[in-house]
Amino acid sequence: MNFLSEIREGLGISWAALRANKMRSVLATLGIVIGILTVTLMGAAINGLNQAFIRNVSSLGANVFYVSRYKWFNSSYADWISMRRRPPITLADSENTARLLTTAQAVAPLASDEDTVKYKTRSADSVEIDGTTEAYLQTSDVDVADGRFLTAADAGGTQPVCVIGNDVATNLFRGESPLGKRLLIEDNSFQVVGVLQKQGMMFGNSLDNRIIVPLREFLAEIWSRPNMEIQVKASSVARLDEAQEELRQVMRQIRHLRPDQPDNFSINQQDQIVTWFHAQTAVIAIIGLFVTSLALFVGGIGIMNIMFVSVVERTREIGVRKAIGAKRRTILLQFLIEAATICLFGGFIALGIAWVATLAVTKWMFPANLSAGIVIISVLVSVMTGLVSGFLPAWRAARMDPVEALRSE
Amino acid sequence: MDGWQCFHADPIIRSFNNPFAMSLIHLQQISRRYKMGGETVHALRDVSLDIQRGEYVAIMGPSGSGKSTLMNLIGCLDTPSTGHYVLNGVSVSQMGDNQLAEIRNREIGFVFQTFNLLARSNALHNVELPLIYAGVPADERRRNALEALANVGLADRVHHKPNELSGGQRQRVAVARALVNKPSILLADEPTGNLDSKTGNEIMALIEELSRKGNTIIVVTHEEDIARQARRIIRIRDGLIASDETLTK
Repeated sequence: MNFLSEIREGLGISWAALRANKMRSVLATLGIVIGILTVTLMGAAINGLNQAFIRNVSSLGANVFYVSRYKWFNSSYADWISMRRRPPITLADSENTARLLTTAQAVAPLASDEDTVKYKTRSADSVEIDGTTEAYLQTSDVDVADGRFLTAADAGGTQPVCVIGNDVATNLFRGESPLGKRLLIEDNSFQVVGVLQKQGMMFGNSLDNRIIVPLREFLAEIWSRPNMEIQVKASSVARLDEAQEELRQVMRQIRHLRPDQPDNFSINQQDQIVTWFHAQTAVIAIIGLFVTSLALFVGGIGIMNIMFVSVVERTREIGVRKAIGAKRRTILLQFLIEAATICLFGGFIALGIAWVATLAVTKWMFPANLSAGIVIISVLVSVMTGLVSGFLPAWRAARMDPVEALRSE
Repeated sequence: MDGWQCFHADPIIRSFNNPFAMSLIHLQQISRRYKMGGETVHALRDVSLDIQRGEYVAIMGPSGSGKSTLMNLIGCLDTPSTGHYVLNGVSVSQMGDNQLAEIRNREIGFVFQTFNLLARSNALHNVELPLIYAGVPADERRRNALEALANVGLADRVHHKPNELSGGQRQRVAVARALVNKPSILLADEPTGNLDSKTGNEIMALIEELSRKGNTIIVVTHEEDIARQARRIIRIRDGLIASDETLTK
């Protein structure tokens, strides 16, 4: 008897058996449905979060280095304390870096503060005020929607101009065109020369609630000794390591560090955030995997139970099949297929529910994504659960003595 | 396993020196013991028996006599504790589960007292089953099964399920299933036990007809008038052959 017709026969038998015991099959399936649903939703949630995250951090360029006093992710409190003793990053650091670097496409200093901004009678709280130069247009992914960005002339001189984010434009100016209007930051008047394109959110914060002013203006009017950041865009993505090393050496040179002294600055990169994030989702995934396997385990026990019942009930049928020539393998396969079919059925139901749930979650809570990979994994896991939990009952059926099986009532 | 047992396990015995080589069924000093609780039950003691191709044999005996054990052994559902069984030239007494399944599929057609059809399958599928296990391709399988059903007079009932058939019809399906593989032996265990006497007679007439066509038939029964329709009656008592009588008709 060839394997294919054995499988077809097994499928026919299990289909008939499932139909004959509808209620029981549905109840047995329930555990598997819950188990597979957990697998699928976990996967979809992690997948969705990952994708959303990648979208989020894409506003940080992959080939941009962020030189700052602190490392973005501190390994310990002691680290943080020691980094506090580092000198702040200054405008001079930035200018020297720009002068000395050979592999950089653009170098932009960035100083940030938060302030209240006023226009006529309206005011906006907690607006991010960024002081930078025209190079920022290259190191960041901001784009101008209306008007112009800062120019070298703005940055060099002390023209009180500013470029405003999309949120500021809508909140302060409502229907008016902001171009040419003057707004007040800490009672200093700035003329709006451009409006940025909408950027969206990063980690729950709006990237559009900001005002960009020339750095010299920032230092003169808003904060004279800020802790700055230098954004360095490498000219090619391919030689990132070299570019980073050059940047490090240049910074050490600027800071007059002896070879035995450690760096007193940190070079941060987008991939640090990505690494950090993946570490977080890995933890979630491991916890999820545990919960999921628990649910599947319970479901599997349900299947094993129902299969044992099914085997005992059909002892006589097994005897008849053996009498007319079914081998052990054939009987084993028959019951394995039955268990796998129940589980596969449960898996499909779970996928259906998961599909609806994913749509709902994405609409109202957070982005989730039911990818083809997750669907395939769910189907495989459900079949595997069936095969594993069906094995013992099927084995018992396969090993039955035909004489005793035929004698049973 | 030591050497001499291996010698006996040799499946093919075609020696002209062996006077039983031509028998379809050759039982030589067969014993079957069971452990029941702490006690050993001797269901069969040193039974030797030969049945030739084309014979129509009835095996009789009261319950507990060992006739069921004998039937199980002849039907390759069970193996003897000691002794040798050569079926159609093949020694089967040492075979394992899977080999026995193959022998049953090829050599034996079972008819049971309680029909033992698969309740959820129609007549056609029930009859096809031995062919499925034999690995016969689908179209040939269907053709053979339909032919077997037609031979027992059920050509118009092939898509009926067992619960849509009368007792006699069910037993006919069972007979068709038993014969569809063209086995060496039709082994019927109380084939009329669950039928009224009229349908019982019809089934016995069918068996008689099959016998006349040359099939080897063994009927296990405790009813004298059923047994008397065979050509030979073997009576079992206390695990021994009490008598072996050939009827003249």
